[in-house]
Amino acid sequence: MIDTKDRQLLEHIQLGLPVCTRPYLEIGRLCDMPEAEVIERLTRLKQQGLIKRMGVIVKHRQLGYRANAMIVWNVPDNLIKQLGGHISRFPFVTLCYQRPRQPEWPYNLYCMIHGKDKATVLNQLEQLVDACGLSAFVREILFSHRCFKQRGAIYKNTAPTDVGATLVAQQHEAAHLLGD
Amino acid sequence: MLTTLHKQLLNDYQHDFPLSARPYRDIADQLGVTEADVLSAFTELNDNNFISRIGPVIQPNHIGVSALVAMSVPEQQLQAVADKISAYPEVNHNYEREHRLNLWFVVIAADTEHLRAVIDSIEQETSYPAMLLPMLDDFFIDLGFKLDLAND
Repeated sequence: MIDTKDRQLLEHIQLGLPVCTRPYLEIGRLCDMPEAEVIERLTRLKQQGLIKRMGVIVKHRQLGYRANAMIVWNVPDNLIKQLGGHISRFPFVTLCYQRPRQPEWPYNLYCMIHGKDKATVLNQLEQLVDACGLSAFVREILFSHRCFKQRGAIYKNTAPTDVGATLVAQQHEAAHLLGD
Repeated sequence: MLTTLHKQLLNDYQHDFPLSARPYRDIADQLGVTEADVLSAFTELNDNNFISRIGPVIQPNHIGVSALVAMSVPEQQLQAVADKISAYPEVNHNYEREHRLNLWFVVIAADTEHLRAVIDSIEQETSYPAMLLPMLDDFFIDLGFKLDLAND
């Protein structure tokens, strides 16, 4: 479980660790917390799995990974865990999620491939389809085109009952979903 | 131009950035360079917009809620509609994709009620229906992203 202090800490660190000799001391100053406590809390949150990873968040586009495909499949629900697990093991797959089908959108399994060009991505997709036995399932490939917005968002909960609980969603989903 | 040090910092510290009092010095020790080298290399990566930030990646839907949203917008209106949507602080990523559903964005909020309110407001403001796709299950254990920077 996370407490109010954890939330405050995440709120401040989500904007990025400063590049200086004692960055956790600086973060601690912002939320009135000793450096050692900052480190201790982050270590615990990471051990607990709430922090999935702690580190450099790269901008794929700027580094030459301009082809970003979201591939969606309609697979039987009873196979989705197995297929999702298999897909996730491929190094070029940057995410894999289940989302609900919609009336005009029959797809329930999503994966993202980041590549330097479309041909590479399509080739990797072919490998994936062969290896995971996905060829029988209906799919669509959606390459990204223009990027209108790309940044971590902050949500502050201003509800009066929630004093002090400034809620921050430093969104893992966002960071990876649409091709950061 | 990316140096060897830049590439090492980009690839090797996505997952386990040191949680210690002097993390940049620890990295320097691991790579056989000085702390000043590491600090200036990270500053360069930031200045050149190669990294978004150094920070935590948090489990989805543990702090707040989020949803992927898709819209179908006529090409000539896409930029204007996208700009309206990007103006919401609750929207963090907003991309055009090559499909009939050509606008894809992520909305995050403290709770489902607020999420719904943002979607309603976006639908009203743009007059296009939004297809909401919340996450049901996450199969991927995110360990960062291995970059092939050999030819860059």
